[in-house]
Amino acid sequence: MSPRPQASLYGVRRRRNAISMGLAFAATAFGLSWLVLILAVLLWEGFGGLSLAVFTEMTPPPGSSGGLLNPIVGSLMMTFIAVLIGTPLGILAGTYMAEYGRYDRLTTVVRFINDILLSAPSIVIGLFVYEVMVAQMGHFSGWAGAVSLAVIVVPVVVRTTEDMLILVPDTLREAAASIGLPRSLMITRVAYRAARAGMVTGVLLAIARISGETAPLLFTALNNQFWSLNLNAPLASLPVVIFQFALSPYHDWQKLAWTGALVTTLAVLALSIIARILAAQRKTS
Amino acid sequence: MSVAAITVPTVSHSVASTEGLEEKISIRNLDFYYGDHRALKNINVPLYRGKVTAFIGPSGCGKSTLLRILNRMYDLYPNQRATGHVRLDNEDILSPSQDLNMLRARVGMVFQKPTPFPMTIFENIAFGIRLYERLAKSELDDRVRHALERAALWDEVKDKLNANGLSLSGGQQQRLCIARTVAVRPEVILFDEPCSALDPISTAKIEELIDELKDDYTIAIVTHNMQQAARVSDFTAFMYLGELVEFGETTRIFTNPNDSRTQDYITGRFG
Repeated sequence: MSPRPQASLYGVRRRRNAISMGLAFAATAFGLSWLVLILAVLLWEGFGGLSLAVFTEMTPPPGSSGGLLNPIVGSLMMTFIAVLIGTPLGILAGTYMAEYGRYDRLTTVVRFINDILLSAPSIVIGLFVYEVMVAQMGHFSGWAGAVSLAVIVVPVVVRTTEDMLILVPDTLREAAASIGLPRSLMITRVAYRAARAGMVTGVLLAIARISGETAPLLFTALNNQFWSLNLNAPLASLPVVIFQFALSPYHDWQKLAWTGALVTTLAVLALSIIARILAAQRKTS
Repeated sequence: MSVAAITVPTVSHSVASTEGLEEKISIRNLDFYYGDHRALKNINVPLYRGKVTAFIGPSGCGKSTLLRILNRMYDLYPNQRATGHVRLDNEDILSPSQDLNMLRARVGMVFQKPTPFPMTIFENIAFGIRLYERLAKSELDDRVRHALERAALWDEVKDKLNANGLSLSGGQQQRLCIARTVAVRPEVILFDEPCSALDPISTAKIEELIDELKDDYTIAIVTHNMQQAARVSDFTAFMYLGELVEFGETTRIFTNPNDSRTQDYITGRFG
């Protein structure tokens, strides 16, 4: 028998490879083209409206000029509080799952429930917070909006924290144990340090995720066309303002909605790039 | 070799040469289980104070498992348990009331893969010291320097103590890990195949180091490299399929083994 593959076998394999590669390229191009199209339309429609006024003036009544200051600030406030609530909860739960309870049945259950929460439609989360907060308080509020966003943050952070801690090699844990480190110090001083970049990436991804969420805010923070920093009252947010302005019949509102969409997208894009850079650092360190 | 031969637990100790030696650790009737699998079978072996004891044997014979019992490392994982007696200075370390962190402060360990902590070279050493002692800055500096000198690493890193420990070469990382272990001032140091990931020059340095360390510490080393065992150890234990086949002075084990399995292994007929 010849040590080289038979020519016919080799030919079939080459053709199969060419077809698979062609299909993969086509699928990638198809997927990417939509992304490029979305970005292009956003830039085309929104870029013209970008000006200092967008960041310094309030949302205008129809027919007059204005900006998006109040929804930008509202979004920042609610995102900040959501991250403040969601991150510690998520990190503590993820730490339990990866470190203390790695071999417990409870962890399997929590992971399963967390995955459900991770993929829960955000409108359901909005309705839930509406029931437990808005209905009880009797009015829409920034707090309710922040809590509904926090409910979205928690499962993302739980997942990434657990995944990143599990990636920390057991040999490092053993090394920490070998000099007599108690478990708590092993986690906070060694495992967290090794997983830091990945865990920060998780939080950034969670921020990216909630900065575009509209549905939960519609039921909780609603909207506010005036300048307001009051978390006990309805609070404006970028996604809801985009939603409202885009559906309106007024041309200048539609224009502002495009600009708002562009601002949100650019902010999320910037966050994703930072997350990528941090993740790359994690690999090289 | 026949299966029947394996089932006869013949452990031969060369008694005459061990007179006057003190058992730092004595292992008696030790069994170890991974779940239901019995990985170690009735092990009896001493580690003499101030001596290097090498554990050799084919892969899966239980030598790393045995080493990881001596600092209760297996306690990190579920479904692993040891029965029998392991005495460190007449204190049973398998007792449930044993404080694991204090035990590991006394019995240090160096692993197969270098495992520096993700922090600076200085912190890698100082971290362990601070766990047990509250020292002034200058004293801490001295201790870090001393540990790095003991590990023959000081000259190479003295100008970059604030560099990340992970930026060092593999051999340097391994010596950093030895320094980290020494810094805690243990009484026993366990080496689990410390050179298997290193080049020959780094290996030679580590072997030299082990030779220097044995004046102050009791040392156990697991190795796949029989020449290494012959070079660095005073006593050698040959293990096979979870049993201790033969234990004795290294020179005798390598020149005149009592058991045919030891003979077959050291002459490279299996394993």
